[in-house]
Amino acid sequence: MHAIRKQRLQWVIFTLVASSTAIGLVVYTLGQNINYFYTPSQIARGEAPLGVPVRAGGMVVRGSLVRDSESLDVAFDVSDGVAQLRVEYSGILPDLFGEGQAAIVAGVVDADAILQATEVLAKHDENYMPPEVADAMGEAYRQSIGSGGDY
Amino acid sequence: MQWARPIGNRSGRGVIISPELGHVALIIALCLALLQSSIPLLGSYLGVQRWMRLAHSLAIGHLVFVGIAFGCLVTAFMLDDFSLRYVVDNSNRSLPTHFKFSAVWSAHEGSLLLWALVLAAWGAGVAIFSRSLPLVFSARALSVLAMIAVGFGLFMLLTSNPFERTLPFPPENGSDLNPLLQDIGLIIHPPMLYMGYVGLSVPFAFAIAALLGGQFDSAWARWCRPWINVAWVFLTLGITLGSWWAYYELGWGGWWFWDPVENASFMPWLVATALMHSVAATEKRGVFRSWTLLLAIFAFSLSLLGTFLVRSGVLTSVHAFASDPERGLFILIFLSLVIGASLLLFALRGPAMNSKSAYTGAAREVMILTNNFILVAAMAMILIGTLYPLVADALQLGKISVGPPYFNFFFVPLSLVLMACLGIAASSRWRHTAVDVVAIRALIPMVLSLLLGALLPIPLGIWFSAAEYSIIAALTLAAVFWVVIMSLQDVRLKAQSVPLTRLPAGYWGMLCAHCGLALCALGVGLSSAYDSQRDMRMELGDVVEVAGYTFEFSGLNETQESNYRATRGLIAVSQGGRPIATLTPEKRHYQSGGQVMTEAAIDAGLTRDLFVALGEPLSGNSWAIRVQVKPFVRCIWLGGLMMGIGGLIAVADKRYRRRKKIPSMKRNRLVEPALEVFK
Repeated sequence: MHAIRKQRLQWVIFTLVASSTAIGLVVYTLGQNINYFYTPSQIARGEAPLGVPVRAGGMVVRGSLVRDSESLDVAFDVSDGVAQLRVEYSGILPDLFGEGQAAIVAGVVDADAILQATEVLAKHDENYMPPEVADAMGEAYRQSIGSGGDY
Repeated sequence: MQWARPIGNRSGRGVIISPELGHVALIIALCLALLQSSIPLLGSYLGVQRWMRLAHSLAIGHLVFVGIAFGCLVTAFMLDDFSLRYVVDNSNRSLPTHFKFSAVWSAHEGSLLLWALVLAAWGAGVAIFSRSLPLVFSARALSVLAMIAVGFGLFMLLTSNPFERTLPFPPENGSDLNPLLQDIGLIIHPPMLYMGYVGLSVPFAFAIAALLGGQFDSAWARWCRPWINVAWVFLTLGITLGSWWAYYELGWGGWWFWDPVENASFMPWLVATALMHSVAATEKRGVFRSWTLLLAIFAFSLSLLGTFLVRSGVLTSVHAFASDPERGLFILIFLSLVIGASLLLFALRGPAMNSKSAYTGAAREVMILTNNFILVAAMAMILIGTLYPLVADALQLGKISVGPPYFNFFFVPLSLVLMACLGIAASSRWRHTAVDVVAIRALIPMVLSLLLGALLPIPLGIWFSAAEYSIIAALTLAAVFWVVIMSLQDVRLKAQSVPLTRLPAGYWGMLCAHCGLALCALGVGLSSAYDSQRDMRMELGDVVEVAGYTFEFSGLNETQESNYRATRGLIAVSQGGRPIATLTPEKRHYQSGGQVMTEAAIDAGLTRDLFVALGEPLSGNSWAIRVQVKPFVRCIWLGGLMMGIGGLIAVADKRYRRRKKIPSMKRNRLVEPALEVFK
């Protein structure tokens, strides 16, 4: 083979190997590090995998917030208007966290369908609702209307 | 400014002239931009000098009218003109004056106006400083800039007009600026960032003009370099400021979150950094021509993408204050038009601009290629991680988010490799650098930096009470020492042949920026390795020890400021019985809107930050409190600042300021033999 052609072939092979390795790595790492968002209804129906990091969100149910008197442990319910999800967390809650406000939690759903949160996020200004929460509430609302006809 | 005063009583249904003037000024600016985007371009093809020359005065006129519009909005904020919807949403009578000023760009409409103003300023800058360029070239570049201005002008007037009224019944008072944004960091961060973002439009316009004219040589690269550098400096400082602001205002001590909005500013920075290096190779050696053009196109496209991500509300993010599908669609169409058209042009014209120039071994060309490869790879993986959730959502694959581990997994090794290559690049020469010579030169610095990297984590670990030996710290230290020692060795080698004072400013700028990168990496590595954080419940009088520092919760009081009420904690910090500082973290309650905000207290130091934040009141006198000791965290921003200063020093290089009249459309070799010695 021509020396130049050989060199070109080497480049092509190198590029192919390098890019497929890169793509493989990206796909694998993405797979390891993406968190799916579930609505409280979905978790109540058991659609969320257990023991895997997930995110969930909804409105914090009024009167559901309980603080431990000794530590920073806290528990509260979030709701999408249909189902409620119990969340347990240990740490400082964000400034704009409050009952009756939207919140997003990240963590692991345990065997009792309680979400053990590692992170709690609240909206960043008073007029803003996270799109996930808005969608989740809309979805739950539509489903409750839909199922209302069946029963 | 008589015209700006409200007529009639201020509290009532006053008819105010100033906003209308601003609106009209915006429309005039749009018309001027329309003219500027067509006439000079036509002139350049028909060969009509007068039409081409029009571009310069139009660009300045455009700046004047956008400036008037911006001035009107500022006036409206200063005079509490609540007949404007935008002022109502983002200001309040009790807001301090300097925050009224920064509130102008605190939300969607105003930040777009700032974007437009900055674009107009860059355009006028090009018009003023491009006298030495061939007229055909500068006319085309100014036309391209005007096309972008038309896009943004239409966007503003059609979907996000800052001068929209609340008439006939304006409210008595505004709903106040988001307290998070009431901060000095936010007065300077957005303008800086926009100067950088929008500044990348200049190399973009130059690239398009070069593609249109088919002229793309060393001279082109030389015109581009100072503009790229200045835009890069602003972008660097803007990102650094943003990170610093997030650290003390938002982040509970975090300084980078891989938040989509941060990524949106970081991607153009990575590509601009690659561009800055490749254009140097294009100027000096005439290589990588098409690649440089492509990078210039990509850098600006990523700026636009960033604007789309931030401004369309597609993201769940701090910055996604508004979400409006119409706006998102407009930017998306604009984005695809700009990227599509410029890539099409590149596909038609780009490959013809290929160059053949030999370089071998560890020549600087090879090192720059490696630099570009790493930076673009880093950008690509950030792009995938940022866009994947959006694509998955659009394809109904579920709502997902990509966590920081994904980004760290790629970015940390890539940066370490980048720094390893940077060390070698410092002592490489253009055209040919023998690998064995580099190897011999690199031997001692390599051994030295590996030794320092391996040994220093031991005393550092004891100092910051780390439980175990930190490999992250070892790798970081080795990379940092490697870069610094190799750079200094290069200075020493150069000093043997020429006096240091004769080395060009560009060289010192490079050195400063590279050491800045090392300093920044030092901060990132060491603060991640030795950071200690504790969240706990503390009662008045409680004492806690973190990383050898004793924090005592010694007091609590209430204060009243003009637009908020604060609960202030007193935390006395001491080390081995010696008092160090009294920190006063605050919990603020803003009166209008009733927002609550945490104001952390920080005792800053070069080697460590002591960070205390009040969480929430629990019961009686006990509070949730976060205490952090963050070693070397300040080096991150000092490093960023140093990089920026390096960029500025490089711009000051004499050879960019030579005002030699270049004959129109003549290719010329502008290689100075004297400078070739150093590069």
